[in-house]
Amino acid sequence: MSQTASLPIGARFDDDSPPALRVRGYWSSVGYRLRHDPATLFFGLIVLLIVLAAIFAPLLAPFDPYKEGVVLRLKPFGYRGHPLGTDELGRDLLSRLIYGGRSSLLMGLVPVCIATALGGTLGVIGGFAGRRVNAAIMRTMDVFYAFPSVLLAVAISGAMGGGMANGMAALALVFTPAMCRVAETATAQVRSLDFIEAARATGAGMFTIVRYHVLGNVLGPVFIYASSLVSVSILLASGLSFLGLGVKPPTPDWGLMLSTLRQSIYVAPLSCALPGAAIFVTSICFNLVSDGIRSAMDVRL
Amino acid sequence: MSTALDTPLRPLSRAAGEGRGGGADPRDVGGPAQPLLIARDLAKHFHVRGGSKSARVRAVDGVSFTLFKGETLGIVGESGCGKSTLARLLLHLVERDGGELIFDGEPVGAPRGITVAALRRHVQMVFQDSYSSLNPRMPVQDSVAFGPFVHGRRKPDARRVAREMLVKVGLNPDLFGQRYPHELSGGQKQRVNIARALAIEPRMVILDEAVSALDKSVEAQVLNLLRALKAQFNLTYLFISHDLNVVRYISDRVLVMYLGRVVELGPSEEIFTRPLHPYTRALLGSRPSMDPAHRIEEPPITGDPPSAIDPPTGCRFHTRCPFAEDVCAAKSPELGAWLERGSHVAACHMLDAGSGHSAAPA
Repeated sequence: MSQTASLPIGARFDDDSPPALRVRGYWSSVGYRLRHDPATLFFGLIVLLIVLAAIFAPLLAPFDPYKEGVVLRLKPFGYRGHPLGTDELGRDLLSRLIYGGRSSLLMGLVPVCIATALGGTLGVIGGFAGRRVNAAIMRTMDVFYAFPSVLLAVAISGAMGGGMANGMAALALVFTPAMCRVAETATAQVRSLDFIEAARATGAGMFTIVRYHVLGNVLGPVFIYASSLVSVSILLASGLSFLGLGVKPPTPDWGLMLSTLRQSIYVAPLSCALPGAAIFVTSICFNLVSDGIRSAMDVRL
Repeated sequence: MSTALDTPLRPLSRAAGEGRGGGADPRDVGGPAQPLLIARDLAKHFHVRGGSKSARVRAVDGVSFTLFKGETLGIVGESGCGKSTLARLLLHLVERDGGELIFDGEPVGAPRGITVAALRRHVQMVFQDSYSSLNPRMPVQDSVAFGPFVHGRRKPDARRVAREMLVKVGLNPDLFGQRYPHELSGGQKQRVNIARALAIEPRMVILDEAVSALDKSVEAQVLNLLRALKAQFNLTYLFISHDLNVVRYISDRVLVMYLGRVVELGPSEEIFTRPLHPYTRALLGSRPSMDPAHRIEEPPITGDPPSAIDPPTGCRFHTRCPFAEDVCAAKSPELGAWLERGSHVAACHMLDAGSGHSAAPA
């Protein structure tokens, strides 16, 4: 090319800066930063193990999680081949914990995913459209937001009847307003910046602008908030199960196990703490992993 | 006169099927004599939040001017005089409350004229804040490619155009294309913004304080770049700035605004050597002197501009004008006829015979 000849005056290359740091594309640079973040990798591994354990529960569990035994009630760790002892009905605790991950993970992830999709979409629409549309969406959300989340979850799933699917739907509805608010705030912040105006000036339509200029900037805060909701969702789900609105006994579920074993807290405190520990570890790991992914995805760090 | 007028060269290859007819420059509908942009009585009044129903900021209040093809029209004025609002009105980024906009002989937004979308492919804008006018999460070459992409080019094609544009503004695309805005200096970012504005091959570029945030040496580089690009791409500039020296350097004609109105309009050299309006004189007097022997002791103009919510009656400058008389508060002065490139007009009763001002010509 004869570019150099047609170069305008004063338009020499700014070559004085250090050589290009970034030759790789966006996703490979995200991968690079993730690989160099041992904490995120470690907690990601734990999350992976928990998920795999839930998926392959029938292969891993040493006993049938439903098999009761009157003489085996609340036995300590290691009793007659039960590595973590037994629960109040004499069922193997380890097997129940492994199986319980299935419903707990489902109850933790599915409502949050639905709420993120629903609330995120509404929030971006509201934040970007502004004025009346925004007021209509956000005031509707505020109505739901005004209720305490547990009360709202109980009310909705109570009205729809128990069961896991209805429980998930109820939790999704509970999380949607908060999700919507986070997305709306992030969108409104981005919307007032000049590059959105510049994009409008090029003649781009609303959807194109949202797709290319808004979503990338809104994803970070939405993502981090969603991950913090996973643990809340597991706990709320256990609350629903406790009230007989979510998972029905005898299905193993961490929340349900926590609430039934709670009566034996003075007899077998360790057994009682196990499902709580499972919830705790899972939610902490989800939080840390999502935080790590978010910082790996942030081009400004 | 500008030499850019007779430069038919358009260096960027144009893809087929872009919706333009044949001919030398098919976009030039009205011919060289037709002004590129005519603004008539443009007005934008913002509602004041929490104020009474009638409280409105008259940011732009009856602005009329003509932008000829191939020229650079500088717009100067104090902060808050409506320069930026005017720029956004011209691009329809804010809806106008009144007035008329004629682009190359065709009214904008009128049933028989051109649409706002069509206007936006001919007019682009470079913003003051070089950082916030680039998407922080997009590599800069993608920001430049966004315009061509929106106008129907396929992604690789748009990216190729973007890389060509980066070369034109003096940035090596291999070195800078993949970078994010925070990895560039202020001058480099503003170059990217210029590339972004030029990537869809506009005929007119609005430069809203485009060099004001840069330091002096970089500012000079970017100004030279703008001049070169103007000749290369046959552009017409609307150059908004509060820096009088920069405006004098780059503009063919200058428009002086005060509180949402045009007070003076004329060729750049004439405005700077023979200002007509007392406000322009005060504005020129406010420049720091380069000569230590001629220190400026007194402020050439006192006080802040009055609020645009409730602007003064008559001539808006009469509250601060040393020559103000009763007629100035009573009657609004008219800007004369400005339809030629050489016209030099000012809205002042002192220039208007029979206005009743004691200094007016008989």
